[in-house]
Amino acid sequence: MLALGLVVAMMAAAAIGPFALSPGRILAVLSGDRSDAQAVTVLWNIRLPRVMAAAMVGAALAAAGAAYQTTFRNPLVSPDILGVSAGAGFGAVLGLLLGLPVMAIQLLGFAMGLATVGLVLGLTLALRGTGQVLVMVLCGIAIGALAGAGISLVKLLADPEQQLPAITFWLMGSLAGVKRPDLAAALPALLIGAAPLLALRWRIGLLAMGDDEARAMGIDATRLRLLVIACATLMTAAAVALAGVIGWIGLMVPHMARLLTGPRFDRLLPAAILIGAGFMVLVDTAARSIATLEVPLGILTAVLGAPVFVWLLARGARPWSE
Amino acid sequence: MMPLSRRLLVGALLAAAFALPAPAFEGRTVTDATGRTVQIPADPARVFAAGPPAAVLLYALKPEAMVGWVSAPKPEALPFLRPDAAGLPELGRLTGRGDTLNLEVLLSSGPDLIVDYGTVNDTYIDLAARIQDQLGLPYALIDGSFAHMPQGIREMAGILGVPGRGEELAAYAEGTLADLDALLAGIPEQDRPTVYLARGPEGLETPARGSINAEIIERVGARNLAEAETRGLATVSPEQVQAWAPEVIITIDRDFAANVGRMPEWQGIPAVANGRVYLAPAAPFGFIDAPPSVNRLAGLVWLSHKLYPTAATGDLRAEIADFYDLFYGMRPDEAALTGLLGE
Repeated sequence: MLALGLVVAMMAAAAIGPFALSPGRILAVLSGDRSDAQAVTVLWNIRLPRVMAAAMVGAALAAAGAAYQTTFRNPLVSPDILGVSAGAGFGAVLGLLLGLPVMAIQLLGFAMGLATVGLVLGLTLALRGTGQVLVMVLCGIAIGALAGAGISLVKLLADPEQQLPAITFWLMGSLAGVKRPDLAAALPALLIGAAPLLALRWRIGLLAMGDDEARAMGIDATRLRLLVIACATLMTAAAVALAGVIGWIGLMVPHMARLLTGPRFDRLLPAAILIGAGFMVLVDTAARSIATLEVPLGILTAVLGAPVFVWLLARGARPWSE
Repeated sequence: MMPLSRRLLVGALLAAAFALPAPAFEGRTVTDATGRTVQIPADPARVFAAGPPAAVLLYALKPEAMVGWVSAPKPEALPFLRPDAAGLPELGRLTGRGDTLNLEVLLSSGPDLIVDYGTVNDTYIDLAARIQDQLGLPYALIDGSFAHMPQGIREMAGILGVPGRGEELAAYAEGTLADLDALLAGIPEQDRPTVYLARGPEGLETPARGSINAEIIERVGARNLAEAETRGLATVSPEQVQAWAPEVIITIDRDFAANVGRMPEWQGIPAVANGRVYLAPAAPFGFIDAPPSVNRLAGLVWLSHKLYPTAATGDLRAEIADFYDLFYGMRPDEAALTGLLGE
């Protein structure tokens, strides 16, 4: 059902856009007709990469959010709890400040996102708190705040005529500039992050019952949690590097999925991935077609997501955990 | 004993404050664009320009009175500036949201006048009044819109006490605008190209029609395609640019200008297909906006050659050299002109 919804959403997204293309023309171009060069450019180089990117980013953020929420046993956790978004954001705006090429900006964002979480984990280890989720989360908040300060500093130093608008737009999240090479660069990180989560989803689900119970069932909770954090961080960093900072998805989509499937992680994760991808595709379609100008994704995810979320809550929900 | 001494101290301070002699006033009273009357020195010798547009105009009119830059000129701008002005310190910006200027730093640079040149709205009017009250320095605000440019130059020159210099520059502005109007009179509406203004390395930021950053496109008679829900800077998708199909793309981003020919999502756009993507020169100040000040007069000359290559008469290089000589106080040699115009 969800998969079908995603496919429909992606097809609709491919058909909608400011450059007017009839469905017949789209089908012709998709089946290899190259006679209309501009339609080919619009579809193959602009619209389809963008729809793919939206699906990938949505899936990655939702999966990371679901994984974080389950392993931390906390429904208020989102993928940026350990500072990955703030760190990746800092890296990218630094790249913008230095005037680097776009690919380098994305790489710097990705690397800084990973480095931030690495620093948080290192700190936690140094404080001998690996087993303690609270210590880890507090370290994440502290380092995230540092990265946030770094972003503010970069904004202060940026040229207000040209760099500052670019930085502001980037921090609000957008897929407007996505190209096929960007997809190719982000895909490996997303797959490497997603594969272990999917493969180990039964075991990860056991973490939700608490470390002692998980241990009683023969699982090294600390190591498994570190693995989940590494995977979710990899995916989030890649998503942020590709699309900028997009809030809400990682927090909200896992809850939407939970309302449908219940709290078991092995069912939750696939549902979250599909809903995240579909929701993001719809949001991005709205972002590029409701107005002439691009509406930043961060605004739309909140504006569209919050009412849907409240409605789902009001319909009466399943419990958060078993 | 304690309360008494504290009261004494406060009293002494108050007495000292009131006993300060009021400065003997030998200036003039002018009315600025906001309708405020401002008392200014007869010949202001140390002037701070509150924002980048004002800094350009101040530099053009009275460079010896500058106390500093809002933001320091970039290295590539230095060869086009008078050496004494180029070396002035960066003080920070006072206008708009997010000031970076520490008022004590400003005061320690010893200005006797603050001028601003640009948008006139209630925010800026109030800001001017507040700074003036807080610092006890006269703060004059001049309307910086394109339509008002010759008059704005004269008003600023009057405030700075250099009316002769102002008349010279204002006459140039009037002449340039008149030449442009004469040129446009001979070009029917359908022969004027549609233009997309590209900013940012991806070329996807664009100032929408009605924004001060795109004002020059309309003034030069072309049609800015970016009609969006904002009168400011918008981000658009490449698909939107494809749908607009601009005949000319003007950009201020060097990377974008260099790469657009190889970017797949820009293929098929008439401007790209016909090689009509033009990188606007940016030294010492931008031709298009950056900042939106009198530097745009050079952009007007440049754009009229780029947009109407067959109708435009005159020698672009000589005209630009004349402008630099008159406004910036230096005449670029042939090599510098080539570097500037990229041709």
